[in-house]
Amino acid sequence: MPLLRVEGLGIDFGGLRAVDNVGFQVEPGEIVSVIGPNGAGKTTLFNMISGAYQPARGAVSLDGEIVTGMVPHLLARRGLSRTFQNLQIFQKMTVLENVMVGCHLQERASLLADLFSTPASRKRSAETRAAALKLLERVGLDCAADKEASSLSYGALKRLEIARALALEPRILLLDEPAAGCNAVETEEIDHLVADVAKSGVAILLVEHDMKLVMRISNHIVVLDRGEKIAEGRPGEVSRDPKVIEAYLGVQPKEAGGHALG
Amino acid sequence: MTELLQYVLSGLTVGAVYALVALGFTIIYNASNVVNFAQGEFVMLGGMITFFAWQAGLPLPLAAALAILAAAAVGVALNKLAVERARGAPVVSLIIITIGASIFLRGGAQLVFDKQLHRFPAFSGDEPLVIGGATILPQGLWVVAGAATVFALLYLFFTRTLTGKAILATANNRVAARLVGINTDYMMTLSFALSAAIGALAGVLMTPITLTSYDLGVAYALKGFAAAMLGGMGVPAGALVGGLMLGLIEAITAGYVSSVYKDAVAFIVILAVLFAMPQGLFGRKSTDRV
Amino acid sequence: MRLSSSKHLTLLVLAAIILIAPFGFPSNFYYRIGSLIFVNGLAVTGLVILIGFAGQISLGHAGFAGIGAYACALAPQYLGLHPALAMLLGTALSAAIAWLIGRPILRLQGYYLAVATLGFGILVSMVLANEAPITGGPDGHEVPELGLRKLLETIGLDLSNAQFWYAFTGLFLLAGTWLALNLHDSPSGRALRALHDSEIAARTVGVDVTRYKLSAFVLSAVYASLSGSLLALMNKFITPDAAGFLHSIELVTMTVLGGAGSVPGAVAGAALLTMLPQVLTVLQDYEHMILGLIMMLVMIFMPSGLVPSLSRLLRGRT
Repeated sequence: MPLLRVEGLGIDFGGLRAVDNVGFQVEPGEIVSVIGPNGAGKTTLFNMISGAYQPARGAVSLDGEIVTGMVPHLLARRGLSRTFQNLQIFQKMTVLENVMVGCHLQERASLLADLFSTPASRKRSAETRAAALKLLERVGLDCAADKEASSLSYGALKRLEIARALALEPRILLLDEPAAGCNAVETEEIDHLVADVAKSGVAILLVEHDMKLVMRISNHIVVLDRGEKIAEGRPGEVSRDPKVIEAYLGVQPKEAGGHALG
Repeated sequence: MTELLQYVLSGLTVGAVYALVALGFTIIYNASNVVNFAQGEFVMLGGMITFFAWQAGLPLPLAAALAILAAAAVGVALNKLAVERARGAPVVSLIIITIGASIFLRGGAQLVFDKQLHRFPAFSGDEPLVIGGATILPQGLWVVAGAATVFALLYLFFTRTLTGKAILATANNRVAARLVGINTDYMMTLSFALSAAIGALAGVLMTPITLTSYDLGVAYALKGFAAAMLGGMGVPAGALVGGLMLGLIEAITAGYVSSVYKDAVAFIVILAVLFAMPQGLFGRKSTDRV
Repeated sequence: MRLSSSKHLTLLVLAAIILIAPFGFPSNFYYRIGSLIFVNGLAVTGLVILIGFAGQISLGHAGFAGIGAYACALAPQYLGLHPALAMLLGTALSAAIAWLIGRPILRLQGYYLAVATLGFGILVSMVLANEAPITGGPDGHEVPELGLRKLLETIGLDLSNAQFWYAFTGLFLLAGTWLALNLHDSPSGRALRALHDSEIAARTVGVDVTRYKLSAFVLSAVYASLSGSLLALMNKFITPDAAGFLHSIELVTMTVLGGAGSVPGAVAGAALLTMLPQVLTVLQDYEHMILGLIMMLVMIFMPSGLVPSLSRLLRGRT
């Protein structure tokens, strides 16, 4: 059984079909990328799967359970975690605290215990702190742990978001343009990180514009154009698909000289 | 029937004033995303300055014009000296700034003028007009007509003139407006002047009916804010409908239920509307882009 | 463990100020101002949790103070409860009401939330003012003696009335501060601060945003209610003004002036706005203008509030 199955998903904005009839599935440990030109509906698709938007049509299931339109915090409990294209960082908290919030579900916080700072509450905080520090190490931000998050560079914030999403110990991770705005070195770091996470058995759904990165790490690629799925398959197949090339370049493959998506 | 008509007439009169105050809230909110809790003080300034200028011997129309101009100047000063300097501050800080401004203006009015209640003569006498058995003061008609004129003129201003459209553009997207060459600081100042003038006009029109004093600004700010939220903050049509609804609810409750609970009923209706429509009657639901 | 040490330091400094200040008091009047600061500071600490931590505004929290205050006035008379029990009853009632109205109200955002809470506060103050046969109406209502001072006297602790209330309210403030500081760096506190910065991101990591907002609302209502009860018991008299719109605004102003996100800021804001009118009465007619001016100036030059701005200044980065 696939971990994530998306079937016939669609949503309209003001009568306009933003996304229509999109379906695919992701297995544990697999990296599936969603690509397509700007405005193809990639982020909208992400927002539907992660419960930020209510889909008008279609279904999403996690490990066999229908979770269509379920609120995000319940999806989180079922092991779905995500990052955002235009960062959603807790700006006024420290870098470490950002990741600690990611551990929220493991903490099983109790308001009364927290108010009175019971030994159990303090123990939970200490455990969370240790776990969060480890994750910061993993994304190379441990030296900035006590800085206010808003003081980090864009590339560092991208990695911070990934660390926070990993803190949930997710079964499936949705990454929305994790390498956008990062330089070559940072992109490579993210590349390794993503591959590493997938190796540990986490399913990864990726939206990314950096084609080199996508072609290198994806097991499977879904191509969207104008809200619809126009192709899917292994990286090699997709990059040679004439429909894909046309969608990207707006011309026939012959004129473009083929193989545009090296 | 006559009774109901009577309540509707007085409700419309009060509601027209609330609508004007709510419009003032909306104009400033659109230009700067600030809810200006000093809006009620403009109503007070309109009434008080008119009274003292008139008492000093100025003809009433001239006194009123002076009051409206002076209030507009205060609006500009509020923007230049306080709001503009705090741009980028958290919303609660901006709320405290405008509340501070309101306390300051109230204190100033108490000092410059006095603590008495004042009234100047109605524009067309105090002989009530009879409509279908119910009565309305001629001044009430002035209030309603004044509000209608203001809303009509503003509609034309925002849809037909370049400056009006520039204000709307600034409200919509400040950066984009600046990129196409709109002087957004000027538009913000203009918005403050405009809504201060509208508030002062409401004060001028209403004083012969309800009297004026240095401390009536809070009540108008409260009602105007509530009316603006009821209609949907930032939507002029919402200010109109919200204001009139609030006035009608108050008058009808006062007539049929109890005058001491008229404000309570008004707020219960507002709460009920917001529970069903969290963005007010005319507010658009915003989708967070993530 | 840097955070936890700063928590103890804050508590220690606060306790030291409460203990040492009386040595400079020339008269009982100063004890009274001190108690007023503590009572206000307690309600403001609750608002720091709601506004500063969770980012939800309320312009109606005096309503809960009113419920707490009138519980102490009415429950002894009508139910024959001891004032201390009446205080607990008021707290429970405030919590229950906050829980009930919080569910629909907290779906609203920003200024819509402001107007809804404003409406709630006004409803409470109106009922208190208009149901004169029960509440005494606008003229107010007497509140019975708490009796704890007499009890202390019998064990040999002889305090004047003003001294007793100074100590008693000071203890409440210390306890309230301790709880709020605990919350700040706990799992629940982090969840609250997270939803303040980005609701969608907080939801995504599994924070039940609705439940946490409601918790903060109920908690702040409990603080406000206790503050109202203490005020009523201290003054032995209460009027509907305690629940009024102006008191709500005053509390929010204290919260923001001190620094909305800062627990010690709550005490600073309460102290500033409680003492200022006392100082300004010397200037008589100029009192309101100066008060308004100070509010504007602090917010323009220290938009994040007194305590955060000053501590940043002290640490040398502006």
